[in-house]
Amino acid sequence: MQVEYIGAFNIVLGVLARFWPVWVGLAIVMGASFLYKKKLGLYGQLFDSGVGIVGVGICLFWLFTAIFASTVAPFDPLSQVPIMKDALPGAIEPKSGLIYLFGGDKLARDVFSRMVYGSQIVLIIAPAATGFALMVGITLGLPAGYYGGKIDTVLSFLANLVLAFPVILLFYLLVTPGIMETPIPYGLAGIFFLFPIIFFSVLFWTRYKNRPDRLYILLGLTLILGGWVYAGLVFDKDPLKIIHIDPNQLNIFVAVVFASSPGVFRIVRGLVMDIKTRDYVAAAQTRGESPWYIMLWEILPNARGPLIVDACLRIGYTTILLGTLGYFGLGLAPESPDWGTAIKDASRLLRSFIHPALPPTIALMSFVLGLNLLADSLREQSMKD
Amino acid sequence: MLSFVLRRLGTMALTMLCLTMIVFFLINLEPNLKKLAISQTEMHTSAEQLESWLVNHGYRQNFFARYGQWLGIVPKQPVTDPATGKPAQRFSFCNDPVVPTFSGILQGDFGCSTKFKTTVASKLFPALSATGILMLCVLLVMVPVSLLIGILAGMREGSRTDRTLSVASIASTATPEYVSGVIFTVIFASWLGILNGSAASASQGITFYNFTLPVMTLAIYGIGYIARMTRASMVEVMTQQYIRTARLKGLSFGSVVVKHALRNALIAPFTVIMLQFPWLLTGVVIVEVMFRYQGFGYTLVEAAGNNDIDLLLGCSLVSVFIVLITQLISDVGYAFLNPRIRVQ
Repeated sequence: MQVEYIGAFNIVLGVLARFWPVWVGLAIVMGASFLYKKKLGLYGQLFDSGVGIVGVGICLFWLFTAIFASTVAPFDPLSQVPIMKDALPGAIEPKSGLIYLFGGDKLARDVFSRMVYGSQIVLIIAPAATGFALMVGITLGLPAGYYGGKIDTVLSFLANLVLAFPVILLFYLLVTPGIMETPIPYGLAGIFFLFPIIFFSVLFWTRYKNRPDRLYILLGLTLILGGWVYAGLVFDKDPLKIIHIDPNQLNIFVAVVFASSPGVFRIVRGLVMDIKTRDYVAAAQTRGESPWYIMLWEILPNARGPLIVDACLRIGYTTILLGTLGYFGLGLAPESPDWGTAIKDASRLLRSFIHPALPPTIALMSFVLGLNLLADSLREQSMKD
Repeated sequence: MLSFVLRRLGTMALTMLCLTMIVFFLINLEPNLKKLAISQTEMHTSAEQLESWLVNHGYRQNFFARYGQWLGIVPKQPVTDPATGKPAQRFSFCNDPVVPTFSGILQGDFGCSTKFKTTVASKLFPALSATGILMLCVLLVMVPVSLLIGILAGMREGSRTDRTLSVASIASTATPEYVSGVIFTVIFASWLGILNGSAASASQGITFYNFTLPVMTLAIYGIGYIARMTRASMVEVMTQQYIRTARLKGLSFGSVVVKHALRNALIAPFTVIMLQFPWLLTGVVIVEVMFRYQGFGYTLVEAAGNNDIDLLLGCSLVSVFIVLITQLISDVGYAFLNPRIRVQ
């Protein structure tokens, strides 16, 4: 059976057409943001500069691609059609008449669909891991910067200890199949996932200590939701069977959070040491507010600018880390469609075929670029005030 | 100053002790030992044979005793040959001593590589020197290029040159080595065919043909970051009073930049360049694997993949040492270069 091809122009048209839900979503969000940009605060100001628009555009593009992956991708990322092995871009799959827009890889899977589904993995793990790293870094960085002294010495030493590890070595030690037999990843997960619960509990406690009606509702919500997610993630014993994470993914998640939380810790600590000398902190101390109230409700909101910028950069960096893990075949399943694994598979065969290598590389690069541009533009806008 | 350096060296020694102990613990986890025993014995060995291999080669001694032996503060015990009952060498290919001796890192003995069947030192140091050459080439490309970009961009803040170069450097920080490596290989090796996509032949002799791609790939990720830091530092210097004074004196813009601004603007990038080494280390691993260059990174991956305990420990010791020593140099050097900073 002969495989037929379509021309380059048709490939471009085909790709643009496949992304139609993404274009619709982008048009709605970007249009609405343009209209109401005066009322949207910092986010609205992003639309004042070309760099900001491009950054927001790229990030939203990948966000919508991940959301609508099943509509955008014509094929299942894991299904193999033997005749399409190493097919060149634009090959028409004989049975369904659908097109392998970016060709097939060495296992005869559609490169385009794999790239689209790969965005799902990246866009779930990277922001979530960054979120946890922020929680850990903030919860430990606040007291280290505010109290100083012994707490600071111990915590900083621990942070420097982790930072002195070359990332790649850390991954080779922490993300191995063997380590899943030991309690180490679960122990680390148990510690890390506790931080968001502690953070929100203390946050609400300090604020609404004297207003039990609000306090009990918020604390209850935090503990129930937090406990539910915690049970699902760490022990895989979600009573409702909704939250579930593969042991492999848990391992990756823990390793990434472990590698990036010391960086957040250092930034938060530095910011707190700077902000705690301000007058409004002194005023709060004179009022007799508790230290944790001052840290969480006086200092933290005023440190949000640099933290948001750092979070954007960090999501990009986490994406790169995930790619590194995939590139070395650590943690993720070998057939997983994530970009790093795809790059690894394709780069082994660059001498014979180059087309499977380009889509995942460009996807990864453009997503990180979008986040970096976003961060740069955010930094510029927040400096203006 | 001296007491500052001494205190830092003390912290450094403590950090290294803690880190090596963590690495030692993680490498010697039960599943890893099992994997090692399986790879070192013949196929289809029973569980008892695996266990006896581990016992015979001294892997079942107390954790702290073994760590002490590796460190060189506890004498290394020879193993007893189960056939004769006499003390025997642990690994015959490493000339291990048959009498208890202090022989660890402190005595300069890095141990024995089970994968390459030789001493760690004879594997690790040639690899390190190969990587050293690579690093040197990368630095020779990366530092001048990034400083130039940073200075050109920061000279006139907000100009068209500044905008273009800034976006270019953001783009380069968004390109990790495994991405730029693939793209460069596609362009220069597959399409144009002017460069070699593999650096395996570079261990025999380095040529422009086989060494350019790894160097380019490794340099590009760092260039953007250093250039941005240089730009920020340059922008700050250009707003200083003394620059305005020099301009008002009637000096030309070029000579103000070269004579007055440059010296002060280059202090901050020095720190950034030194702190870039840990990042380069990860990049080195990726690039050496991608281009099959037999250096430190390649050795590290081989050691980790085959659970070669002593070799991996040696690799981590070296990489942690590099990270810590560059931090120290950057702190001390910063105090030297910037007279406004005084260390206590």
